[in-house]
Amino acid sequence: MSNAETVTQYATFVVDELFFGIDVLRVQEVLRYQKMTRVPLSPAVAEGLINLRGQIVTALDMRSRLGIPVRGPGRLPMNLVVRTEEGPVSLLVDEIGDVLQLDQSTFEQAPENLTPAARELIRGVYKLKDRLLLVLDPDKTLEVDEFFESRTQGSRQKGVLPKWQD
Amino acid sequence: MQEDDVIREFLIESSENLNRLDQEIVELEQRPHDKELLASVFRTIHTIKGTCGFLGFPTLEKIAHQAESLLSQLRAGERPLSAQLVALILECLDAVRKILGTIEATGKEGRDDYLQLLHQLESAARMPSAGTVAPEEAPAADSLPAEHEKTSAAAESAIRVDVGLLDKLMNLVGELVLARNQVLQFTTQQEDAALNATSQRLNLITSELQENVMKTRMQPIGVVWNKLPRLVRDTAQACGKQVRLEMDGADTGLDKTIIEAIKDPLTHMVRNCCDHGIETAEERIQAGKPPHGTVTLRAYHEGGQVIIEIADDGSGVDLPRVKQKAVEKGLVRPEQVEQLSEQEALDLIFQGGVSTARTITKVSGRGVGLDVVRSNVERIGGVVDVASTAGQGTVFRLKIPLTLAIIPGLVVTSGGERFLIPQASLLELIRIEGDSAGKIERVHGTPVYRRRGSLLPVVFLSQVLGLEGKSEDDATNIVVLQAEEHQFGLVVDSIKDTQEIVVKPLGKQLKGLQVYAGATIMGDGDVALILDVLSVGQRSGALQNRQAQGRADSQVVTAQIADHQRMLLFQAGSFARLAVPLSLVARLEEFPQSMLEQAGGRHVVQYRGGILTVVSLSSVLEPDSPNTAVTRDPVVVIVFTDGARSLGIMVDQILDIVEEAVAARQASKRHGLLGSAVVGGHVTDFLDVRTIIESAAAEWLDPDHAGKGASVLVAEPSSFLRGLLRGELEMAGHRVTEAATQDEAMDRLEHREIRVVLADMDLPPLGCGSLRETMRKQPNLARIPMVALASSAEQIRERPEGLEDCQVKLDRKAMLASIDRLAQAVNGAASEVAAAIEESQS
Repeated sequence: MSNAETVTQYATFVVDELFFGIDVLRVQEVLRYQKMTRVPLSPAVAEGLINLRGQIVTALDMRSRLGIPVRGPGRLPMNLVVRTEEGPVSLLVDEIGDVLQLDQSTFEQAPENLTPAARELIRGVYKLKDRLLLVLDPDKTLEVDEFFESRTQGSRQKGVLPKWQD
Repeated sequence: MQEDDVIREFLIESSENLNRLDQEIVELEQRPHDKELLASVFRTIHTIKGTCGFLGFPTLEKIAHQAESLLSQLRAGERPLSAQLVALILECLDAVRKILGTIEATGKEGRDDYLQLLHQLESAARMPSAGTVAPEEAPAADSLPAEHEKTSAAAESAIRVDVGLLDKLMNLVGELVLARNQVLQFTTQQEDAALNATSQRLNLITSELQENVMKTRMQPIGVVWNKLPRLVRDTAQACGKQVRLEMDGADTGLDKTIIEAIKDPLTHMVRNCCDHGIETAEERIQAGKPPHGTVTLRAYHEGGQVIIEIADDGSGVDLPRVKQKAVEKGLVRPEQVEQLSEQEALDLIFQGGVSTARTITKVSGRGVGLDVVRSNVERIGGVVDVASTAGQGTVFRLKIPLTLAIIPGLVVTSGGERFLIPQASLLELIRIEGDSAGKIERVHGTPVYRRRGSLLPVVFLSQVLGLEGKSEDDATNIVVLQAEEHQFGLVVDSIKDTQEIVVKPLGKQLKGLQVYAGATIMGDGDVALILDVLSVGQRSGALQNRQAQGRADSQVVTAQIADHQRMLLFQAGSFARLAVPLSLVARLEEFPQSMLEQAGGRHVVQYRGGILTVVSLSSVLEPDSPNTAVTRDPVVVIVFTDGARSLGIMVDQILDIVEEAVAARQASKRHGLLGSAVVGGHVTDFLDVRTIIESAAAEWLDPDHAGKGASVLVAEPSSFLRGLLRGELEMAGHRVTEAATQDEAMDRLEHREIRVVLADMDLPPLGCGSLRETMRKQPNLARIPMVALASSAEQIRERPEGLEDCQVKLDRKAMLASIDRLAQAVNGAASEVAAAIEESQS
C-alpha cells in the first residue's frame, strides 16, 4: 500500500456503459429508487424532488447530465446522495458499485475524445485492471440552473448547455 | 467568559435598557413626580455607568456619569423636571446609543469626545445652588431594595437563549408536524385501537409543542412600540404640535422575524400620523377638539392573525388633494378620478409619489413611504388598509400572520400533480356547475370569468406549468387569488383540502423557477410544490409584469399613457356606442336637415364653398335596417378630410371624447367595424373608416387618385391595431399590406412592391430586429426602410440597431411624417441613402 496522501477512496457507480467514481467523502448515502415529484418547467436534468427523511432533495439525472440517451423503461435509477454546502443533492445513476481505494499512480487526465458534455465533468481517469474509472467532479456536475433546457419546452436531446466561452 | 462575550452581553443589556429608558423618560415628562419611575431611570443609567467604567470606556462613562448626577438631583427633589432637562437627558441617551453602536462595530468608543454635550451637562448640573447635598436621600434609597428584589426575581425566571437555537427548534417542530401529518394519514387506514389512540395523542402533543415553540420565538409587539413614544415626542416637537400616544395590547406576541419586518413600516406610519394626520393645536381648537391630538396604537389577535391599528384623531385624509396629487403625478387620469369610489381614492395614498402634506418637512411630505410600507407588509403575507373620516381621523389596519414558518395552504391538483397555494393569497373558491353559474369567456383570446358583474382574468394552471390539464371547456374549479393589488382566477383540475405546511426552499438547481415559493412534504410522505401566486399571475400574463421589487411604477404609467388614444364616441342606428380615433376626424358639424340635397344618388351638403358628400352610417352598417331615412334635425355629421377631399358621415348623436388606454380588444367580422373594445367601462365598437369610405366614396381609395401615397407593409400581430394603423395610413393616401408575423411579412415583401415597412417592435417571433436582419440578407429587400413601432416611449430606447426610424405606435402624426420622409428618400436617391445607412452601421 502506498502512503495515505496518494490514495483516495472512491464511491463508484455505472451510468450507461460508463464507470464513474466520486470522492467518497462527498457521498452522504446511497438509496434505492425513491418516489419523485416532478417539477414542471424545471430543466430536464432535474428529474424531481425526493423526500429524504423530511428533507427535500433535488434529484439530477446523470444520463441527462452527461447527454446519454434516456434509461429504458422498467429500469429504475438508484440515488447517490452527494453532500453540498447548500444541502444534499441526489444523482440518479444506473447501478451502484463498490468503494475503491485507488493510488494516484494509475491516474491520468481525461482523454480528449470524450463527449464534450462528459469531458467537462470529468477530472481524470484511473486505469483499473479490466476497465477505466472516470472521476466525476461533483461540484461541476451539480452546476445546473434555469438556463438548462426546460423539461416542458424543449426536447431532451441535449443534457448539457453549449458553452459560450471559446 | 471571554472579554468579547462580556462586551457583547453588555451591549445587548444596554440596548434593552436604553429602549426602556426612552419610554420611561417620556413618561416621566408627563408624571414628573413619580418617584418610582425616577428611581428606575436613575438605576438604569447607573448600571450603564457602572459597567462601562468596569470595561474601560471612559467617554461613555463620563456621559453616563453626568446624566446620573442630573438625575440624582432630580430624584433628590433639588430641581424640577423641565422640558430642557428632558431634552438634555434624551440627548445623552442618543450619545450613549451612538457610542454603543461604534463599540459594537469596531470594539472601540470612537473618536468623538462629546465635549459640547459634556459641557452642557456640567453646566446644567451646576445650576441649582451648589453645595446642597441631597437632603432626602434616605426615602428614595428605601424604595430601591424592594424594587431590586422584584427585578432580580424576574431575571432568575428567564434566561437568554440564542435566536439561532430557537430557529433550529422551530425547524425541528416543523419536521415533527410533517411527520405527525404522515402518521395520522397512515393510522386512518389501520384498525388498531391502541395505535389510533397513540397517534391521537401524538397529534395533540405536537400541536401543543408547535404552539409553545412558536411562543418562544414570540416577542411582545411592545418591543417595537417602546421606541415610539420618543418618536412621537420628537416628531410632534419638530412639527410644533401636541401629540399624545396611547398604546393598547403591547403584550400581543408576534414571531421575531415578523417583528423585525414590521418595525420600519410601523415607525413610518406613526410618524405619518403625527405629521399629516394630527392638526396643530390652533386648528384643533378651531375644530372644537382638544388641543392635543392622540395617536392610538392597538394590537390584538384575531383568527390566527395579528391586527395592528394605528389611529389618529386628526383631520382625516384630504381626499380631493390626494386625487389632485394622483392626477398631477399621472397615476390616474382626470376623467377617471371622478369615477373612483371613496375607498379607491383613499387607496391612492399607497401609491408612490402621492403625499398630502402641503410642505415638505424633515419628517415627511416627500410622498415616499406608504408605498414602501405596503410592499414591506405584503412581503410577509400581511395586508394594510386604511379608513378615514373627514375631520375625525384616520385608521390604518395591518393584518399580519403570526408566523412565517408554518402556514396553512390549500391543496389543488393540475395535470395529475399536487400543488399548494398559501392560504394568505386565497380570496375565494368558485365552482362552475352546468350553465347556471356562467362559464369562462374570452375577450380577444384572453380568458375571463364574470364574477359578480366584474371581469376576473383567468389563468389555467396547467398551461402556466406546461402540464396536461383538463380541457378548457371542462374547467370547473377556479381559485381566486390576490397578488399585490391584483386579483385573478386560477383554474385547477380539483381542489382537495387545506393543510399546515412548512415551506422548504428548493435546491439551487431549481432556484431560478420563480413560480414556486418552495416545497413541502405532504401527509403521505410525497413532496409537493408550493406555488408563488404573484409569479404564476405574471408568468401567465394575467398581471402586468412588474419588477418584483421596488415596483417600477413610473414605467408602467408611461406605458399606459403612450397607449392612450383620444377617441370620439358616438351613437348611430342600433349601435349605442361607436368609436373612431379622433386623429382621423377633421371636424364635427351640425346641419339643418333642409341643407341636405340629393346629387348622384347621394346626400350632399354645400359646405365651405364646396360639396360635401354625406353618408348615413347606419345605412352602411345596417343596410337591411328599414329605418335608414334621415329623421333627425339638425343632422350630426363627422367630417373626414384628406387634402381637398372631404367626406361626412351622418350619425345619430355625439356622445363624448375620451382619452383612454384601449383594453380588451376583440376583432369583429361585421362589415364596417374593426372590432370592439372596452372604453370608459362600456363595450364600444370601433369603426372601420376604410370600409365606410370604400362603400360610400370608392374613388377616395383609388390608388391613382391617391397620388402621393406609398405602399406600406404593416407588420403587427394584433389584427385590431393593424386595422387602426391601416385606417390611419389609408386616410393619408398610402396603400397598405398587412402581415401578422415575420414569415408573413417576408412573404408579402417578396411578392409585392413595398416602399416602407412599419413593424411592431415585438413582432413575432423575435421582434422587428430579426425581420430587419432577414431582409438584409436578400439583396432586393435590404434597402427597404423600416420604421419600428414601439408601444411606449420607454420602449423606443430599447430599439434594435439598424432601423431607419422608431415611433410610438399611436402617434399618428410622427408616424406619417416618418413614412413620407422615408418613402421620398427611397423615391429620390434610394441607393445613396441605403448606402449611407449601411455605412453608418458598419
